[in-house]
Amino acid sequence: MTATVRDAAPVAPPAPGRSWRDRLRGPSVFVLIAVLALVVAPLLLEPFRLGLLAKYLCFGIVALGIGLAWGQGGMLTLGQGVFFGLGGYAMGMYLKLHDAGGDLPDFMVWSGVERLPALWIPFENPVFAIAFAVVGPVLLAVLLGSLVFRQRVRGAYFAILTQALAAAMVILLVGQQGLTGGTNGLTNFFDLFGQDLAADGTQRGLYVVVAAVLGVLYLVAWQLVRSRFGRLLVAIRDGEDRVRFLGYNPATIKTITFAVSAGMAGLAGALFVPVVGIISPALLGVVPSLELVVAVAVGGRFSLAGAVLGAVVMGYAKTSFSEEFADGWLYLQGALFILVMTLAPKGIFGLAATLRDLLPGRRARA
Amino acid sequence: MRNSAWRIGAVVAVLATGLAACGGQSSTTGGGTAAAGGDASSIKVGILHSLSGTMAISEVTVRDSELLAIEEINAAGGVLGKKLVPVVEDGASDWPTFAEKATKLIAQDKVATVFGGWTSASRKAMLPVFEKRKALLWYPVQYEGLESSPYIFYTGATTNQQIVPGLDYLKEKGKKRIFLVGSDYVFPRTANKIIKAYAAANGMQVLGEEYTPLGHTEYSTLVNKVVQAKPDAVFNTLNGDSNVAFFKQLKSAGVTAEQMPVMSVSVAEEEVKGIGVDNIAGHLVAWNYYQTTDNPANKKFVEAFKAKYGPDRVTSDPMEAGYNAVYLWAEAVKKAGSTEVEAVKKAAGGITLDRPEGSVTIDGENQHIYKTARIGVIETDGQIKEVWNSGKPIKPDPYLKTYPWAGGLA
Repeated sequence: MTATVRDAAPVAPPAPGRSWRDRLRGPSVFVLIAVLALVVAPLLLEPFRLGLLAKYLCFGIVALGIGLAWGQGGMLTLGQGVFFGLGGYAMGMYLKLHDAGGDLPDFMVWSGVERLPALWIPFENPVFAIAFAVVGPVLLAVLLGSLVFRQRVRGAYFAILTQALAAAMVILLVGQQGLTGGTNGLTNFFDLFGQDLAADGTQRGLYVVVAAVLGVLYLVAWQLVRSRFGRLLVAIRDGEDRVRFLGYNPATIKTITFAVSAGMAGLAGALFVPVVGIISPALLGVVPSLELVVAVAVGGRFSLAGAVLGAVVMGYAKTSFSEEFADGWLYLQGALFILVMTLAPKGIFGLAATLRDLLPGRRARA
Repeated sequence: MRNSAWRIGAVVAVLATGLAACGGQSSTTGGGTAAAGGDASSIKVGILHSLSGTMAISEVTVRDSELLAIEEINAAGGVLGKKLVPVVEDGASDWPTFAEKATKLIAQDKVATVFGGWTSASRKAMLPVFEKRKALLWYPVQYEGLESSPYIFYTGATTNQQIVPGLDYLKEKGKKRIFLVGSDYVFPRTANKIIKAYAAANGMQVLGEEYTPLGHTEYSTLVNKVVQAKPDAVFNTLNGDSNVAFFKQLKSAGVTAEQMPVMSVSVAEEEVKGIGVDNIAGHLVAWNYYQTTDNPANKKFVEAFKAKYGPDRVTSDPMEAGYNAVYLWAEAVKKAGSTEVEAVKKAAGGITLDRPEGSVTIDGENQHIYKTARIGVIETDGQIKEVWNSGKPIKPDPYLKTYPWAGGLA
């Protein structure tokens, strides 16, 4: 217990001589959760609760990206909200234009805008909007990554930089009311591909889409981590200079990872908007970006599943605490974070792993 | 090893209790949904304000006055013989949270109506929820107008009941060169758009227009700009904490209320306490109600409020508008004989009540309220003295249709 978190980080080396039972355990848990999420939850939960779960899963997608960048790659990104917001606004702009049906979106009318700004025109096309939701964040991350990682900006400096980016994005969005809806953001959407967004059936369908996207992205991320690329990434996290001396270019690997996590956040943002019905600067500033990092820490940043779990648990905790104790729920949420961090620095998932090792018989084998 | 086992045990225990508590609680609330809007002897109503975050300081006061109204109505026998049961949720100064909690109140608690919101952004976020679910929201704060949702009742002032009278007052006093200062969001920006249209049509001159982010506290540059422009008056739509810094720095720049009065539309009794009377005494405000408004209904309201929440507490315009909202809704329910939304909406039009601000009437068409405009000056004891009023309640006109100069706005 004296070792620091960093040193104790499980690297998950693929053990060559694992038994078939060990090999099957991961996939069978995944299938079990997928069945629970895709079949059982839509049958059991009321539409309102299912909508909330869909929201947590959207955050889960962002958390997966953070797990990849921070947990595996050691890049503490405090600005995922920026990418989430880019995706969300791209989707929101499409929905707004679609609802307006050739007229100006409502907020432009009361902000005194007379003609549709050129920036908005491509977003009339849903394919462009959804593609932009992913490609936009990826390009921004590549640009940012290639600038800072080559300069060997890392650790706290990288964290501060991403946080500043989130703050700047909020100021930009709030200041351009006619273009972005200002503090209000974009809201009041009616229709998604001909489906009424208020209908229970649409919301259930959206939930299934979100859950499926999360599942697929999880598998992609998991493959990435297991691959040679993933092992290099962990190696960079634990000793960037050593990897460089071995002849690899850490900047490239970090940039790619950062871009993947940004793309995930962007896609999550695009899914979030029809699910929740609003995108506003309040969702992508410093605080929500930090909240997601906190969620990943609570879940367990060294495992991808832990990151997703953290986002869902913290989302659920926020909803239930605030519903039960409207006056003091923030204290409870803070207490939950402090408790988990002091008692289980590796998060809930790390705790689960330790518990498993404690089971009789397992330790002996390990 | 024993150490780590202990830790693990503790975390598991805490998490399990936490989740069990939440799960248990939510299932009981879920069980209550069978009877719509309460049961045979009660009616559930939702209260949704920010109890945490930047807006909490203002919104908590409105929650307090709404709870007072509910308590009073219950003490007088309730509505349709049933007691009102408030379900309080926290909007957390976060607009998407307002939408989520509104959905929860409607879908899960099946409340008969919701009283809530403060910022325009929170109202805009809740609007689609109420419209899609055909539920009722009572919004208690003055706002920028240009809205009239069939599922929202607006009990605060719209622009022609606050901003326009404020401008009329400045014009009457010969303050023709004005400077606009505001927080950067929809209310100040829309308000200033209206002010500029008014100024152009009334021979007034707008010397400058400056915005700062919500929560901004560095005003020396802005105050310098204002001082250099030498306006006759400043029209202030800053919100929240920013007012504290703005008025302090204005005072230290040597500006007095006599030479350059500031007309504020988001500073009420509660905010005066925070800004510090020394910094703001003598400046002007525009509202529909002050704690000092002189009539029996207000005397009763102020006394009841202080009795419930303490003698140091003050009452303000949004608090009074929230307090009124509960009474107006209750009256509409009595008239309709039901809490059913469409019936209540139909019954609401034309209801007139004697409230602390004077007589108020619901305009059935746009669901706003006829309100008396009042200009006040801040006194050295922190109270606001009325210096002008419109004499009678003004018909609400959220789109300013009856004002020729406002033609290009909506």
